Amino acid sequence: MTRPLFAVMAVALLLAVLPLSSARAVNPDEMLADPALEHRARVISRDLRCLVCQNQSIDDSDAGLAKDLRVLVRERLKAGDSNEQVIDYVVARYGDFVLLKPPVKGSTLVLWAGPAVVALFGILALILFYRRRRAATPVAAQPLSPEERARLNKLLEGDAP
Amino acid sequence: MKSRLPYLLPLGLFLVLALYFAVGLTKDPKIIPSALIDKPAPEFTLPPVAGGKTPGFATADLKKGQVSIVNVFASWCVPCRAEHPEINKLAKMGIVPVYGLNYKDTPQAARAWLNQLGDNYTATGADESGRVGIDWGVYGVPETFIVDGAGRIRFKHVGPIVGDKLEKEILPLIRAIQKGTGK
Repeated sequence: MTRPLFAVMAVALLLAVLPLSSARAVNPDEMLADPALEHRARVISRDLRCLVCQNQSIDDSDAGLAKDLRVLVRERLKAGDSNEQVIDYVVARYGDFVLLKPPVKGSTLVLWAGPAVVALFGILALILFYRRRRAATPVAAQPLSPEERARLNKLLEGDAP
Repeated sequence: MKSRLPYLLPLGLFLVLALYFAVGLTKDPKIIPSALIDKPAPEFTLPPVAGGKTPGFATADLKKGQVSIVNVFASWCVPCRAEHPEINKLAKMGIVPVYGLNYKDTPQAARAWLNQLGDNYTATGADESGRVGIDWGVYGVPETFIVDGAGRIRFKHVGPIVGDKLEKEILPLIRAIQKGTGK
């Protein structure tokens, strides 16, 4: 097989697979007839963790519990709950851990503020470092003392063949 | 002479992080703290496993003033099979009623499973849809809850109760909660 043909085929294969990677686990029979409600259900599902597979959202996961939770989210929406009410309903049962994005509160303050604080310290250290370097008076070059010159000459001579 | 302390800072930071991660590695990420500890058990009424030996149960059964155990199991769950002899042992001790919550199972499979492994549950509720399980915050069977006499969930154990877990962990907790609430 020629190289260009191989490259074309590789690209074609990649293009064929790419859309699949973004496919969700939602089955057609779970979907709501109302597109607006279904859209809200998808938005909510993306932020809810599947507790069986943990690093997938219930929108992504094929686990049985994820499916049950997807159906539950849609039921709550159909019953007229707001997005927040649906999320609170699930959090009341599974705790904050079910949220893929941890809420900002006392116990998560270090998590949320930590990176900013560390970055701030870094910037502060950089500023201090450069200020100190600029403030330091450059040391004027001193001429070699006679002893140093003698030593240098000796070294240079010793180097000659 | 200038202080050497700033040069030791990275080493210090590394040691702190290493310690933090070392502790983190000893924890099981699969175990999620329950949101329901010290909260009242959810409102539910579960029918019995169709054709089974014991009746179903409901929230009211857990509020009768005595500590009780709710064990979530399913016939399709392999660790439940490993744990079941311990659950039978606990039920036979007669110190607490042990309720079985048959999670997302079919009556036939649940009946066969109980007949084979022994059914010592005080009552067994069939949660075919898994909806009551969600109300209990169940995410991986087997799970075992200790509920106090007032119907509040006091403890949750995720995973099979095997080895010395019953003696070392569950029984002391039951006794402590029984003393605390009065039987």
